[in-house]
Amino acid sequence: MPANLLLIAPLLLHLVGAIACVFLWRFVRLQTVVVAIVQITFVGISSLMLQQVLTQGIQVTQIGNWHAPFGITLVADIIAALLLLTTSIAGLAVFMFAHVALDITRKRFGYFPLFLLLQMGVSGVCLTGDIFNLYVWFEVLLICCFALIALGTRKTQMEGALKYVTINFIASGLLLTGIGVMYALYGALNLARIAEIVRDTHENAHLLVLPGIFFLIGFGIKSAIFPLFFWLPASYHTPPIGISAFIAGVISKIGVYTLLRLYTLIFSAEIGFAQPLLLVLAGLTMAVGVIGAAAQVDFRKILSFHIISQIGYMLMGLAIYTPLAVAGSIFFVIHNMLVKTNLFLVSGVVAHRHHSFSLSRLGGAYLRHPFLSIMFLLSALSLAGLPPLSGFWGKLMLAKGGLEAGNYILVGTSLGVSLVTLLSMTKIWNEVFWKPRSTRLKMALKETTSTYASYFPVVFLLVFILALGFYAEPVIKLSLQSSEQLMHSENYIDAVLKSNTIPVEPPSSP
Amino acid sequence: MEILLPFLTGILFSVSMYFIIHRHLFKLILGLILFGLATNLFLFVVGGMKRGGIAIISQGNDVPVEPYADPVPQALLLTAIVIGFGIQAFSIVLIKRVYQAFKSNNMDKLNNNEKI
Repeated sequence: MPANLLLIAPLLLHLVGAIACVFLWRFVRLQTVVVAIVQITFVGISSLMLQQVLTQGIQVTQIGNWHAPFGITLVADIIAALLLLTTSIAGLAVFMFAHVALDITRKRFGYFPLFLLLQMGVSGVCLTGDIFNLYVWFEVLLICCFALIALGTRKTQMEGALKYVTINFIASGLLLTGIGVMYALYGALNLARIAEIVRDTHENAHLLVLPGIFFLIGFGIKSAIFPLFFWLPASYHTPPIGISAFIAGVISKIGVYTLLRLYTLIFSAEIGFAQPLLLVLAGLTMAVGVIGAAAQVDFRKILSFHIISQIGYMLMGLAIYTPLAVAGSIFFVIHNMLVKTNLFLVSGVVAHRHHSFSLSRLGGAYLRHPFLSIMFLLSALSLAGLPPLSGFWGKLMLAKGGLEAGNYILVGTSLGVSLVTLLSMTKIWNEVFWKPRSTRLKMALKETTSTYASYFPVVFLLVFILALGFYAEPVIKLSLQSSEQLMHSENYIDAVLKSNTIPVEPPSSP
Repeated sequence: MEILLPFLTGILFSVSMYFIIHRHLFKLILGLILFGLATNLFLFVVGGMKRGGIAIISQGNDVPVEPYADPVPQALLLTAIVIGFGIQAFSIVLIKRVYQAFKSNNMDKLNNNEKI
């Protein structure tokens, strides 16, 4: 497929799907069909993109044929394609779950179009090669998140949405300020062009730290790193699982992706400043997240706090900044997107049956649903990083990279945090699945005996998680390749700026 | 005149942050609007201000006549204003719904509504 069509396809696909859904507003069944088609096509397109990026190198297209430093560029390299593929798989699973378990009222009031536009935002963030365009895509993504979190307007949801909107509005403002500073200093918005300028001896090259801090804080808030994470556990658990699984599983990692992209491409010229800061932040993010989780008694809140601690692992690879460690980060992002989505879906299945997320009200699920329990156990152990499940390989790469670089304290912290993660997962296992259900509750709450259809998305994701664990080598190789590509940013710069060789027809003079 | 604008931007940022952390729903609306204005003004000021012509290239020339203001920050600004406007509209509606649901202006009362 030609690059210009391939890169625009994920954006157009979701946009057209969302518009179709809006036109079919009253016909929820037809909307479901549209979303199903879009999701399956999205998986196909993103695998095609990955395959093409691997065989033909970085794919670039200039929108409207405005050449690179001036127009908007769309770029797909390996990490972007990998992320899109993972997003599409997680999106498909969440869609299947929402189809079964989400209430009809939310579906009637625009769940499907918002869900598609959200994925359009994710695709845009992954593919764009222009820093202002990145901000715009982030806003597209965020406004859909706002609407999805508030959809249904239950009291808790509105409380969560208010916190989410306020803090993310401030983060976006800081990003915009950073973009302003960046443009004022270097006079460019194209990522590749900025990267080229800061590598040259530009008169403002030593001021790179200034926009770097703006971006670190802006994306730090969006991806919930250490001192800026308080909004996440306050809002992610409030909407129903059909919404929060996707937001928790995918959206929180998009911030990490942008940090990976910007800090390898642009701010790597000044990595001496950012590295010690990132090392400390990564360690603290891990530790604080996991300690916060220990204090919680709600299924979803425990999982929300674990998101924070896993963001720490992803940051760790970037902070160590060796090819192996960055590859570990990339692998970890992919693994975590799948596993976290799956854990949220399991909590949704349990709550669908027992009408509660509270650990004290649940119990005895193992006796009732042994199959579901095994699926939870596999995902949870994978999150904690037990070999040979997928989390292990990510942590192995990160730890190896850290030890080679001599960051013993950070590696020690990360291993300790894994242990506490395991403890936390055991807590959920004990409370929800293992302990007998108190008889008082048994009488009070009658159990819905719904179909097994809501198991299907969980099994679907688990297949990928197990494949990622038992057959990790191809993905590890891809992550290594991808981190090589990120570390050698001259390839990216060349691909974007030298792609102007498309022959422009001179205006035929009469 | 130009020397005043950076100070104005700083004042807008600080006032908006003060309003946002004031834990009052209406002040939150004011804070969000002022914060949006502050970022937009910052973008405008940092892009460099110049009196003089516009960056439209007249017929027969290759470059516009000096001095002209850089049009890129202004284009960014326009986009940012539109996006900010949308988000502010959404948040005002959200805050109104929150007020209707909780019957209170005090954000401290919003906490701990979850039954566990």
